[in-house]
This record gives sequence, C-alpha cells and structure tokens, in this order.
Amino acid sequence: MSKIKVAIIGPGNIGTDLMIKVIRLAKNLEMCAMVGIDPNSDGLARAQRMGYVTTHKGIDGLLNLPEWKDIKIIFDATSAKAHAYNWGVVQQYPDKRIIDLTPAAIGPFLVPPVNFDATHNVKNVNMVTCGGQATIPMVAAVNRVAKVHYGEIVASIASKSAGPGTRANIDEFTETTAHAIEQVGGAEKGKAIIILNPAEPPVIMRDTVFTLSEQADKAAIVDSVHKMVSQVQQYVPGYTLHQEIQFDDIPEDKPVFIEGLGKRYGLKTTILLQVEGAGHYLPAYAGNLDIMTSAAMATADQFAQESLLTT
Amino acid sequence: MHQLYIQDVTLRDGMHPIQHQYTKQQVKEIAVALDNAKVDAIEVAHGDGITGGSFNYGFGAHTDWEWLEGVADLLTHAKLTTLLIPGIGTIDDLKRARDLGVVSVRVATHCTEADISAQHIEAARNMGMDVSGFLMMAHMNDPKPLAQQAQLMEEYGAACVYVTDSAGALLMDGVRDRIRAFKEILKPETEIGIHCHHNLSLGVANTIVAMQEGATRLDASLGGMGAGAGNCPLEVLIAVLNKMGAQHNSDLFQLMDIADDVIRPLQHRPVQVDRETLSLGYAGVYSSFLLHSERAAEKYGLDTRDILNELGQRNMVGGQEDMIIDVALDMKGKAQK
Repeated sequence: MSKIKVAIIGPGNIGTDLMIKVIRLAKNLEMCAMVGIDPNSDGLARAQRMGYVTTHKGIDGLLNLPEWKDIKIIFDATSAKAHAYNWGVVQQYPDKRIIDLTPAAIGPFLVPPVNFDATHNVKNVNMVTCGGQATIPMVAAVNRVAKVHYGEIVASIASKSAGPGTRANIDEFTETTAHAIEQVGGAEKGKAIIILNPAEPPVIMRDTVFTLSEQADKAAIVDSVHKMVSQVQQYVPGYTLHQEIQFDDIPEDKPVFIEGLGKRYGLKTTILLQVEGAGHYLPAYAGNLDIMTSAAMATADQFAQESLLTT
Repeated sequence: MHQLYIQDVTLRDGMHPIQHQYTKQQVKEIAVALDNAKVDAIEVAHGDGITGGSFNYGFGAHTDWEWLEGVADLLTHAKLTTLLIPGIGTIDDLKRARDLGVVSVRVATHCTEADISAQHIEAARNMGMDVSGFLMMAHMNDPKPLAQQAQLMEEYGAACVYVTDSAGALLMDGVRDRIRAFKEILKPETEIGIHCHHNLSLGVANTIVAMQEGATRLDASLGGMGAGAGNCPLEVLIAVLNKMGAQHNSDLFQLMDIADDVIRPLQHRPVQVDRETLSLGYAGVYSSFLLHSERAAEKYGLDTRDILNELGQRNMVGGQEDMIIDVALDMKGKAQK
C-alpha cells in the first residue's frame, strides 16, 4: 500500500523524536525530508545518516527539493514566529496540510481523541501544548457526562525536559492551555499551571486535572474517564491514571469563588495522571514531549489514512 | 550601610493561614495601619501570587484585583507591591496589577529555574516597575549555583534578588553562605533580599544574619502571619533592629499593636512552631503545603507529619500541592495492604 510522504521542519529534540516515531510506528506515513536552518545541526546530520533528504535552508529550501511535490503533510516543530512564516508558504499549496507543534495556534486546536472529527478539512491544525494534550481529554471526558463549569490543570515536568523555547515563553503555555481547556475540553472557564521540578533522577511527567461540574452520576464519570484514558493509550501507551478518581461535593451553601465565574458549586472531580514517554529519542521521563510528538504523529497518520481512502 | 527596606508580606504570605480569605476591608485597614507605621513596602496578592486562586492552591475570598483596588490611593509612605510566579501568573496579569497602582513586583521561581522569569522581569522593567527576583526553596540549591541563578535574574533586569527560604529549612550558616555567594558575583548596585519562614524558630536570626552579610531588603509579617510557622515576625524584627541601632523607618509600638490586636484574632489555625510546622522546616517542605497536608491527613486518616516527611523525601517543589493528594493516596493504599 502506498504511504503519504511527510516533512519535518525543526530538527531539534521534538523533530527528531517525531521522525523516529514516523519511521517506527506510522502505518500510512513515509518519512521523507528533515528541514532546518543550521547546517551544523545534529538533527539534520542524523536524518541524513538515516538516508532522508535534508535542507538547512528552511521551508524555502524544502520548496526547491524535487521531493516537495510528493510531500503532503508537514510537521512544524519550530517556534511560533517561524510557524507564521512556514504556514504563509505552505498555505499556497492546497494539496498540503501542516501540523503545528508550536504555540502559534494559527489553526484550530486539535486533541486527537476529543475533536479529531472537527478538523477533517482543516489545512493547519495546532497541537495545543504538552499539558493540554495530557489533560484536555480528561476535561472532555467529564464534560460529556456533566457540564464542566471550570477546568483546571497542573502539569509537573522534569526541568531537564523543558527546553529553551518553553522556558522563554512560559506564559504561552498557561494561556494557550487555558484557552484549549475551554475551546476543546468544553469547560466554561479554564486555568493552567505548570511546575518545573529539577529532582534527580528526573521525575516523570505528572498531570492533575480538577473539574467543577454539575452534580452527576459519579460512576458515569469514572466510566467516561476510563474510556478516554484507553483512547489516549492507543497512541501514548505510558498514559495512566495514577490514582483512583477522587470526588468532592461542593455544596450550594459553601460555594467556591472562581475568577471570571463568581460563586459556583457542584461536583469536584480530581484526576491524577502520569505520562511516561516511549523513550524513542527522548528519555522516558519526558512524557510531556512524547505526548506532543505522539499526538501529532497519530493525527498525521489518521489524516493520511483518510486521504489514501479517498484517492 | 544601605538604609534598610522593610517589606511586609502579611497581605500575601499571610493569606495562607486563612486560606486566602481576607475581606477587601481587612486588606485596606491592615495596609493603612502598616503605612502609618512606616513600613516601606506592602505586598498584596493571593498567597501563591497574582491569579493563584485555584483548586490547587485554594480559591480566595476575592480576586487579586478586588484586593488591590483602591489600596494604592491610601498609602502615603509604603510602595504597593505584588508577587508573580511564572507558570501561574502571566505578564497580562502583571499589567492589570500595574494599572491598579502596583509599583513593585517580585518574580518568583524555584531556586534552579531562574530562566523562566526572563520575560516577566523584562516586562516589569519595561513597565517602569521596581522588580526583584525571588529564588524560592533556596535550601535546595548550594550557595554558588544559587548565586548564578541570581545573576541570571540580575541580567534580566532585577534590581534586587532574594534568598527565599520557603521551607524555613535554612540554618544561619546556610543563609550566611548564600548571601556571601550573592555578594561575590552580583553587581554592587544590585540589592540583596531575604525572606524567611520561622519553622525552625530562626526567622529573625536568619534575617539578621542576612542583613549583617549585606542584605538590605528584609521581609517580615505582622505576628509572623504567613505560611507554615509564619515569616520573620515584623514587630520582633523591628525590636531587634532598634536594639542593634540599625537604620530603618518603622515604628515598633504601632506594629506590636496591629500584630496583637488585628492579626492574631484572624488566625483560625495559630501561626506558631508546633509539631506540624516544625516538620516543614525539618523535612525541607514548602511552607504553603501545611494546611493542604492537614486537610489530606484528616480526609484520608493519616498523620500530617508523615505526609510532610514523604513530600520532602520526594523532593516536591513549591506549587506541587496536587501531589499532596497523590502522596496521601499512596500512603493510604500502603496502610490498607
């Protein structure tokens, strides 16, 4: 069966891990080109050694490669600023789609098990943030049982897994994740917190999801969350519920005061997660990076399957 | 010697012991009383900094904006300040605080993660604010590497960098060595600050040691009103500074009166060194974990001290309050087996 050719822009840790996932795991994708801007980049050298086409002249270099015409999906693992430029180029080619792993969020947010179907014909999708990929499925799992007033997530990651891009733009994480908790997770109001823990050996990514929803059948929430966890596990096997789901009733006479919502009551649900990476190129503790590359790869693979079916 | 700059944290760190429940009126009254007593700066925010209100840290009785609104107009001497923890609050939040009259901010990170404060410190500087770096859990980093983190904050534009003993775990030599390391590599015009917790009853002693080594910005709170066993108690610090003949602006008797007449009656849980708060300092745990751990102990039938020790063992850093539930559930699970 033929496969869809892909290019990866950004030969850093994320781009390299993504390349390895495409090579090892993708059913419908064929790794084709790695694109960078530094001729001395380790990631470009690695891709070249492995037999893939490379260019150090960015997206413009990619356009001049003979392989360009066959490439249908482009992963962008650069920066928000670079993505704006790359998208400006790619959108001139109606047969190509771009999957954005930067915080640019020019295209709609995509969290595969939640809103994949809504992005069928969208040419530019954004993968939110690592914390968003890990937690928004849980907010959505509660929201499909009981209307979520407020969704709050706390992502704890190993300091070593936070690259310079994340560190220089920590507000982009909190703001983008909070928006996606609302837009994709379905919460009326979202809040995101990120903590860097420098412990050695490095700590595996942990995520905690708190929701305040309407009162609901707790067993139905448990069931919905478990189903969603197995869906995420299909592309991130190390995604697990670390503890049983915790419930607390917030009674009407003792409401909580939430900025932007005012006094609210209902059912508080606490979901404690662990995200262990597959250890492809990045170490296993960096589940935060793994869930981004895994979600992007799963998305592309699904896009490819659909386009193979329709052509 | 530099004139000392006394910053009160009763209305920020002091939020923790009352679960962030000050009324707007209380904030105004306490701020005015502190201003009358000529404290140099008054910090107002949720205990975990602006927009800290959350399930994880506790929702406040008000938003930060409600607490801050109108306070600046009441002050005649003191600067209105706030705290921002990157990863929780954002630059947009800081702008909002600035628009409410906040002229000074501390940007706080864990003691090894100074580089996540670059954009916030620069933004504060560009807004014309007085900005300091605040290196939390300072006992978890050695003096030299801690000073290198301080140097990063200085490069980003901080006019002052604090040794922040969030766990109240530093002994006097530990404070001395850290301030000396700061002195060695920071520019002479960069000020050094000290923020202590009283978990090992060293809040005042550690503050004085820091001052003797060259720290000029000293944090304290009325009656120690702050997380854990509280901060360096402000009125005690001023009494000691008076006896030492150190130069400062604050009035001792007024501060004694506010501490005893206004602040202590607000405390549901006494702010003192006891079995639980001593355990924070002994295990090196973030002082704000206290009430969350006490609640988890009650809910899951565990001992608070055991939870705190386990949190220390696991090297939890400030802000990981969610892991208290995780630790409690692990311990409960073990106990049932």
